[in-house]
Order: sequence, then C-alpha cells, then structure tokens
Amino acid sequence: MPARPRPLSPHLQIYRWQIGNTLSILHRLTGIVLAFGTLALAFWLVSLAGGEDTYRTAYRVFASPLGIVFLAGWSFAFFYHLLNGVRHLFWDAGWGFERRQRRASGWFAAIGAVALTLALWALLWHGGRL
Amino acid sequence: MSLRSPLRRVLGVGPARDGTSHWWAERVSSVALVPLTLWFLFSLLLLPSLDFPVIRTWMAVPMSGFLSVLLVAVLAYHAYLGTTVVVEDYVHEHGAKMVLMVSLRFLFVLCGGASIFAVLRISFGG
Repeated sequence: MPARPRPLSPHLQIYRWQIGNTLSILHRLTGIVLAFGTLALAFWLVSLAGGEDTYRTAYRVFASPLGIVFLAGWSFAFFYHLLNGVRHLFWDAGWGFERRQRRASGWFAAIGAVALTLALWALLWHGGRL
Repeated sequence: MSLRSPLRRVLGVGPARDGTSHWWAERVSSVALVPLTLWFLFSLLLLPSLDFPVIRTWMAVPMSGFLSVLLVAVLAYHAYLGTTVVVEDYVHEHGAKMVLMVSLRFLFVLCGGASIFAVLRISFGG
C-alpha cells in the first residue's frame, strides 16, 4: 500500500451531463447486456442441436411476453453497440474528433439504433413472426 | 539525484503492461463481428419461418455452419474482453477481482464452447 492515498481523477458527478458521456455510458451498458445475450444465443443453439422438443421449449421461452421484452432490449443493445462501436473505430483511426462531427455521429448512432430496432420489430410483426 | 522512482513507490500503481494487446484484440474482434452479426441477423430474417426444420436445414448448409462457428467464437471472445474491462475498472479489491476475472473466463469459454459444439452437431450429426 502507498504511504498516502493516490490522487483520484474527478468523479462522474463533477461533469455536466451531455450527449458524449451519456452515449459512452450507454455503450458500456449495452455491451454488458449483449454479453448476457451471448449466453441466450448459446442456449438457443444448444436447444436447436438437441432436437425438436428442446427447440420448441426454448422457442416458447423466447416467445413469452418476458422473452419478447428481453429480445427487444437485446436488439436495441445490438444496434446501438454496433453503430456506436463503428463510431469508436473511426475515432481509433483518428477521424471525427471535431465537436460537430462528434455530436452528429453520436446522434446518428442513437437515433439510428432506435430506428433499426423499430424497423426490425415492424418487419417481424409484418412477417407474422410475433 | 536519481530520475527513477523507487520500486516501493510504483508497486501496485503502475500499468499492468498488457493493456495494448487487450485493447487491440477488442478492436480486431469488433471489426470481425460487424459482418458476422449482420450476416446472422439477415440470414434468420430471410428464412420463411423460425420453425425447427427450417432453421435446422439452413444451419446444416456448410457455409451457415462455418460462419456460425466463427460468429459464436468471436462473440464469446469479444464479450469476455469487454466484461473483463468492466471488472478491472470497478472492482478494486484484489481477491474479488481475481474471482470475477477467472469466472468470466470460465463462463465465456463454456458459452463459446457449447455454442460451437451445438453448431458442429447440427453440421455433422444431421
């Protein structure tokens, strides 16, 4: 242990709440949600390999009201994490750091994720999958 | 005067030294996941239904099985890398951190392994 406490960086509540940090927090949050979704995907695949009965059981779980809520959440988390992830990759390559570009790409990721989620569920509903 | 910090001052507060490769692996896997996840989503959406025979027939096609294996492997790896960073950021107590990190490794190897095995069973088991 150091003799005296190490200096700490400022905490969350110091900063003014704005789109940049909101989207950053949302990226991490959706990432955690999707990590759990990976487990659900494994469950689905194992049920599919198990045969018709196990698949039907899993299908019933996913098609239940609670299952639909989770799937809707995962679909939004996926689209947001995808779009904002690409935004991060552009930053890693050194592009898009200007204030206007950051705001524009941020809104694009947020609104795009909502739009894609709605489009997906409209498509599922239209196709009679719900 | 020495320009180097005494060891006791930097012990426990320096970098872990393997941050760059972890960061890089996270980016590379994310790039791979863009086409893989979109391929998986669109493939399922293009199927006439999500009924058992339809999904099984589609999954039994070699290209579907191959890309599915790649998808679940990279997905589990990326999820492992990401959740690890979260633990590193927020869990500071050494013992709890170790337990969580090892648990995450077990969890996602299990998850990825079970997924890959399931796809292979469909591919080769018929």
